[in-house]
Amino acid sequence: MGMTIVEKILAAHCQREKVEPGDLVIADLDLILANDVTAPLAIKEFEKAGAEKVFDASRIAFIPDHFTPNKDIKSAEQCKIVRDFARRFKLDNYFEVGEMGIEHALLPEKGLVLPGDAIIGADSHTCTYGALGAFSTGVGSTDLAAAMITGKAWFKIPPTLLFNLKGRFKKWVTAKDLILYLIGKIGVDGALYKAMQFGGPAVHDISVEGRLTICNMAIEAGGKAGIIEPDEKTIKYVEQRKQRNYTVFKADQDAAYEQELEIQLDDIEPQVAYPHLPENTRNVQEASDVTIDQVVIGSCTNGRIEDLRLAAEVMKGNAVADYVRCIVFPATQQIYLQAIQEGLVDIFINAGAVFSTPTCGPCLGGHMGILAEGERAVATTNRNFVGRMGHPKSEVYLASPAVAAASAITGKISHPEEVVR
Amino acid sequence: MKVHAKVFKYGNDVNTDEIIPARYLNTSDPDELALHCMEDIDKEFIKKMKKGDIIVAGKNFGCGSSREHAPIAIKAAGVSCVIAESFARIFYRNSINIGLPIFESPQAAQEINDGDEIEVDPNEGWIINITRDKKYTIKPLPPFIQEIIQSDGLMPWVKKKYMEVNKE
Repeated sequence: MGMTIVEKILAAHCQREKVEPGDLVIADLDLILANDVTAPLAIKEFEKAGAEKVFDASRIAFIPDHFTPNKDIKSAEQCKIVRDFARRFKLDNYFEVGEMGIEHALLPEKGLVLPGDAIIGADSHTCTYGALGAFSTGVGSTDLAAAMITGKAWFKIPPTLLFNLKGRFKKWVTAKDLILYLIGKIGVDGALYKAMQFGGPAVHDISVEGRLTICNMAIEAGGKAGIIEPDEKTIKYVEQRKQRNYTVFKADQDAAYEQELEIQLDDIEPQVAYPHLPENTRNVQEASDVTIDQVVIGSCTNGRIEDLRLAAEVMKGNAVADYVRCIVFPATQQIYLQAIQEGLVDIFINAGAVFSTPTCGPCLGGHMGILAEGERAVATTNRNFVGRMGHPKSEVYLASPAVAAASAITGKISHPEEVVR
Repeated sequence: MKVHAKVFKYGNDVNTDEIIPARYLNTSDPDELALHCMEDIDKEFIKKMKKGDIIVAGKNFGCGSSREHAPIAIKAAGVSCVIAESFARIFYRNSINIGLPIFESPQAAQEINDGDEIEVDPNEGWIINITRDKKYTIKPLPPFIQEIIQSDGLMPWVKKKYMEVNKE
């Protein structure tokens, strides 16, 4: 019996010919990362252990992105711990506010995460990099601290669920709708402890940015990793950016999957995930009476240039509804610049939206767009848990950038067709 | 470690935003985090609970973000252990790593009610519901995980396995 791509990557990182689901391995890591929320705890553990050096200063990335630009004194103190550590150990990949971005958009853009890598990050959305054919998973701060010292982490080899994608997206249906649809289908623990592999003929039609969106939300189904085998699009993307060499892994023909699911993209309508779980999905057509107070377009899920282009296409020449706040967040400084150059920022501002510096801020109810009691938001983010974007009695509806932009204009959850003729 | 305490019962998919809302993540001080433990799912939790009390919940406990602040807040609040039908994987790892005892026991998690008095013996591998006079078994942990727990968490294990070895 052959191996899946995840099994192959992990076998190669623990110098074994073969691994199987359930095997416990200690794997070498190509990159480890943390942010301003998780790095301070990891640093504390690192220091408590009496460690005096990091395993490799070029393979640790610290990205203060959650409460930055520093939202208050406490956040500033947390960021300072991270900055001081980066300076002390001369970390190559510390990103200060002017060059920063949301970690999971920034690291692929910088060519720091590559096909075939084994990566851990002290952030649950670390599963994003599977889009490039890496095994990448979220851990806590202590796991990260251990890896800062050893360059290794332990894993139980996960079984893989294979989603065979066929057909084509309808107009206004995006990668975000696909992943919301799948989470709705299998539930928020449908892939618990498992890898979600997205394959089939239609996967090649999905852009690398779309793939990043899909793998980003594998954790929302409980997944350990999301992964897509590298193809021509992947190679083209990474060749323009890579900062080191990489290895392309592909599953064997006779690899064993725990389950294979066939997904017809034509069957999918734009999705909306109702409060308070990402699995509470409905077609946008079934959500016509939900009035909203805020729209958030951005995040590690949907803050890339294609997302902004799509939102701008819907907003162009329209105006944000009265009493609705629309906040657009590019995910990195590079995307910010590109959005200016392409005239997207003009479209957003002329429509009455704000255009913000990159930050995770509103997605987790940190800052820059917090909801009051009873308020509702449509967001292109990844979680709609109780209190996620502010008051415990506020509500978040998850959707694509197209649905979010359309909703900003009508003031209620809307299909993009309602505003673009 | 044998525990005898009162149960606080919650449902499925209790997420880390409910365990410790992100608005409090601008600190990593355990005592400060403990003050807000479970705040968005049960505002009264921290006032009602006594040191040693036990959280029992449904499936996928601790889903969502990777924040280790969640098991830290639970541990610092004085909760002795968490029993659930299943745990989200990052929360599971984090709890083992920081030394918060967690036990998977689907039947116990389903049948134990809020306010029940229970006794847990992780070494013997059982849970007794004293209120309802029922006994359940705990799913044994893989030997590798037991090794980490016996070392007192991941960092002491790493120290023993890597740092001291490297010095030699």
